[in-house]
Amino acid sequence: MSDQAETQTEVVYRHRWATRIWHWLNAFCLFFLLASGLQIFNAHPALYLGAQSNFSAPLLSMTAERTGDGSLRGLTEIGSMDFDTTGFLGASREGSEALVARGFPAWATIPSYRDLATGRVVHFFFAWVLVASGLAYVCASLFNGHFRRDLIPEWGELRTAPRTIGDHLRFRFGREAHYNILQKLTYLIVILGLIPAMVATGLAMSPGMDAAMPWLLDLFGGRQSARTLHFVTMSLLVLFFVVHIAMVLAAGPVNEMRAIITGRYRVRRPASKETA
Amino acid sequence: MTITLTRRRLIRAAAIGGGAALLSGCDRIVQNSSARAFLERAEELTMAAQRSLLDREALAREYSESEIIQPQRPNGSISPRDPDYRRMAANGFADWRLSVTGLVERPQSLSLDELRAMPARTQITRHDCVEGWSCIAKWTGVPLAAVLDEAGVKPGGSYVVFRCADTLGREKYYESIDMIDARHPQTILAYGLNDETLPVANGAPLRVRVERQLGYKMAKYLMGIEVVTSLASIRGGKGGYWEDRGYEWYAGI
Repeated sequence: MSDQAETQTEVVYRHRWATRIWHWLNAFCLFFLLASGLQIFNAHPALYLGAQSNFSAPLLSMTAERTGDGSLRGLTEIGSMDFDTTGFLGASREGSEALVARGFPAWATIPSYRDLATGRVVHFFFAWVLVASGLAYVCASLFNGHFRRDLIPEWGELRTAPRTIGDHLRFRFGREAHYNILQKLTYLIVILGLIPAMVATGLAMSPGMDAAMPWLLDLFGGRQSARTLHFVTMSLLVLFFVVHIAMVLAAGPVNEMRAIITGRYRVRRPASKETA
Repeated sequence: MTITLTRRRLIRAAAIGGGAALLSGCDRIVQNSSARAFLERAEELTMAAQRSLLDREALAREYSESEIIQPQRPNGSISPRDPDYRRMAANGFADWRLSVTGLVERPQSLSLDELRAMPARTQITRHDCVEGWSCIAKWTGVPLAAVLDEAGVKPGGSYVVFRCADTLGREKYYESIDMIDARHPQTILAYGLNDETLPVANGAPLRVRVERQLGYKMAKYLMGIEVVTSLASIRGGKGGYWEDRGYEWYAGI
């Protein structure tokens, strides 16, 4: 059985260098952008809709309050719902000391201690790297055919989506040379949707860019809405990361890691193809 | 069962250990002065990019009366304890003067009445705090360009430094902007807020509005304006109280 499987696999060159370099650069940038972004968020851990902050009615807020016995309680409010998030959101421990008031905990932010200035320096540096490498990747991918060949789904392929979803739900993963329909759609949403949305909502928070391009404010419904959408898009990117890692682990981490480091991927040839 | 628990515990310990090592590594990177200086180079890129995109005169958005929904939230110094300031405030700022010095042809010492007699501009704008919140309010004041023209800026005058009455931490607050922002039509020395006299919490008797930058650029409790060639020899050399503490000098971001 295993011998038979062995003879029916072959190694293909799956990812070009531009894709591999961009993948790792992106992973690196998004890690620093996330952790420094949470540091920036902690300076005012609340979200609003519209042009300005309606301080009496935030959409989401993370606060700390003293309880009767003098201890600190972390409170996360979403709309009219309250959650006790002591130890995680609103109030958490820096090191092993007592609880302190902070939106996201120390282990999730860069730097770990409260330092908005440094968080901003880190965030804007990696924002530039993300934009520059993203533009270079898009140019390379248009030039080397990566978009057309690997990412844009064909019409017939869309019809395979329900079956592919079914396979994924049953934890059955194919090892084909090419991306399946779910991968194509997900990667396109991330590359052409979430990352550009992240950059555009970020720019809409800049008072200088708002004067240069006032349509940014209208596009997102105001400066505070843009900040909220920046946060929502971040959450979707984190969700993508979690599912992406789960898929790598489920589909064979060694083969997947080799593919994204060296470009070479071991594929399984369907037996029917050999006989046909 | 025991094996699973042990393994789970092992994985958790490894994850926590790895995470802690990663974060303390990040803390060490950002504390390293040469790494930090490298990361800070991005600010020059941002300023160059924005200045090339931004029309010198491009206006920050102005809003309607109906969008003023709350008082302008005060931040930073809201009730200066400095004895000189308290004395002036007790006297209704009758003996307060704004000095205009440095690289100018005609140094000035302007009273509030003199400033109020100059051409005025009223604008309803959005204040964006570096912390992340925004607040819309109506500001009335004299365009800084008019004050600079009155004094006559000498050649070589590249920056306007704002000297303030309040002490934050252990130092007097100060700020600076360049001539592009200083001469921008919405850059005003404001003495009115939401049709009232500017309150102490918001910077009485006079503060600056630099509408295309973040709130910390808009110095409150103004005492003097100084036109200079370079910011290098002033205090920490970074051009402002917060800039000396690591914040961007160009706060159009």
